[in-house]
Amino acid sequence: MYRYDEIDRSIVTERVEEFREQVGARLSGALSEDQFKPLRLMNGVYLQLHAYMLRVAIPYGTLDARQMRVLAHIARHYDKGYGHFTTRQNIQYNWPALVDIPEILEQLADVEMHAIQTSGNCIRNTTTDPFAGAAQDEVEDPRPWCELIRQWSTFHPEFTFLPRKFKIAVTGSDADRAAIGVHDIGLKLVKNEAGETGFEVHAGGGQGRTPRVAVKLRDFLPKGELLAYLTAIMRVYNLAGQRDNIYKARIKILVETMGAQAFTAEVEAMYRQLRGRDLAVPAEEAARITSFFPEPSPVDRPEGVSDAPGFARWRAINVKPHKVPGRAIVVISLKPRAGSPGDATAEQMDAVAFLAERYADGEIRVTKEQNLVIPHAVAAHLPAIYEGLREAGLSTANAGLASDIVTCPGLDYCSLANARSIPVAQALSAALIDRGLDEDTQDLTIKISGCINACGHHHIANIGLLGVDKKGDEVYQLTLGGVADNGAAIGKILGPGLTPDEAVEAVAACVGVFRRERGDGETFTHTLARIGFEPFKEAVYGQ
Amino acid sequence: MRAITANRLTDGHVVYRRADGIWTPSLIEAERFGDEKAAEPALNAALRDILTVVAPYLIELDGEQPGGRKHVREAIRLKGPTTGTSLLYAGER
Repeated sequence: MYRYDEIDRSIVTERVEEFREQVGARLSGALSEDQFKPLRLMNGVYLQLHAYMLRVAIPYGTLDARQMRVLAHIARHYDKGYGHFTTRQNIQYNWPALVDIPEILEQLADVEMHAIQTSGNCIRNTTTDPFAGAAQDEVEDPRPWCELIRQWSTFHPEFTFLPRKFKIAVTGSDADRAAIGVHDIGLKLVKNEAGETGFEVHAGGGQGRTPRVAVKLRDFLPKGELLAYLTAIMRVYNLAGQRDNIYKARIKILVETMGAQAFTAEVEAMYRQLRGRDLAVPAEEAARITSFFPEPSPVDRPEGVSDAPGFARWRAINVKPHKVPGRAIVVISLKPRAGSPGDATAEQMDAVAFLAERYADGEIRVTKEQNLVIPHAVAAHLPAIYEGLREAGLSTANAGLASDIVTCPGLDYCSLANARSIPVAQALSAALIDRGLDEDTQDLTIKISGCINACGHHHIANIGLLGVDKKGDEVYQLTLGGVADNGAAIGKILGPGLTPDEAVEAVAACVGVFRRERGDGETFTHTLARIGFEPFKEAVYGQ
Repeated sequence: MRAITANRLTDGHVVYRRADGIWTPSLIEAERFGDEKAAEPALNAALRDILTVVAPYLIELDGEQPGGRKHVREAIRLKGPTTGTSLLYAGER
């Protein structure tokens, strides 16, 4: 993992002290709420329905056991004993007191973490494949490039006040577990005909009120030119992006308004001005950053086996192949039956930290599906890892199944939400599992958002639910056909809105149709393309 | 009827304004107003109370409970998250 240098350390520490003074000024009345609000948001502090919410950045979803223990400590001592892992691979605390937040940030800084750029119209935390550096199918580990982007974008003066927030995702594999198609910029590591590694560059994707799949700007960008090209995209957006209408300010609208061809031409022209200058990535700096992400060593021991109840099923569903012999990728589901998706207690965080340290190399990942991953587990220790997870209530064998439901916090916490999402997910999870509908649903995605901002990623779910406010009541729109990974697609609305209870039954019915109708090896998308919407409509709405 | 609500500055918790200007977590203790106009002086006073609360505003009431178009949101603010409870919980008037 990357470790802070003196520059990283000083900017984070100084920021904590600056925010401590700002909180003091607000509490004394020297700052009004209007003056304080943008300052707290720049430090990840939101005011939600019941309390302040602190969003902590987990750079490209990667942390170590030491950092996880501090996250657990914060949950235990400053919150209500739990944290919420988000679809942006970060963690949110729902109940911290404003007066405690400078102290929390100080403790985060001690383990090289912060809440900077987790809000506001700036470049947010870069996200990536949670299996990076471990996946068998990757061209190259994307994390060094994510780290380079982190360093380049942190406090970048030119890009601190963009027209709107800006999200970059990087994938190292064709499977695209980072959903690059729905990010402002999506980068995919690829090889060209000469065998060199570079980036396929996409831009203009996003979800929210106006979901769009990104357009491809370039088939191949030399790696050393990454910052010049990113700067070119950002500069075109910063100059031409619409600032007078929040709903039209994202880059996706600019790309659509200009047209993909014209936008690409502008970016390329800007890139030609910038390339080969100060923004070229020095090879030695790229090598220095890459050295923090060594490939894990092979383990010359056979994989562990166990006849413990539930082990075989968990092994089959939650453990993924690793590129290094003797190691395995362990997905830790944060989706127990009827649980709150993405929530983990302080004790569970401590347990994951212990297992990652004891039976792997200490590294942990957060996924956009709101699960955790031990990316470099020693396969010989899988039985011990399973046992540890079981004791912690973390052994649910449903990673990637229908009950692995993604949700935003929704109206139970979020001040922007129009409808609840977690209780719907809880009822749906119980319904799917209790009725046996969860079986054999690998890679069927269900995602729920409590408002059109789409933090629950419903647009890119095979089966999505969007909660809306209809004359004071919660109503849910059901969408089908969204895809998050390679070949990203936006789901289409199936029919009229549904009450919360109807929504649960409707999704369960759609899962039932898929299980009944799918052909051999078909994904939900394949089945939907073959049979169309009608069988689903009939199951949900009747004749 | 109407009442004034806000979030407490120090911890963000939900509070309601009593007739004596004190903020309380109890909606039952909150001062009631017949309409927006009647609430205006108290709301203006609440907006000046920047050392105690953040962003005060009026809510509608239906008897002792939050009412009107935002009744679900305000019921959740009053009673806490509904996670793990019946889907109809916050919607019940």
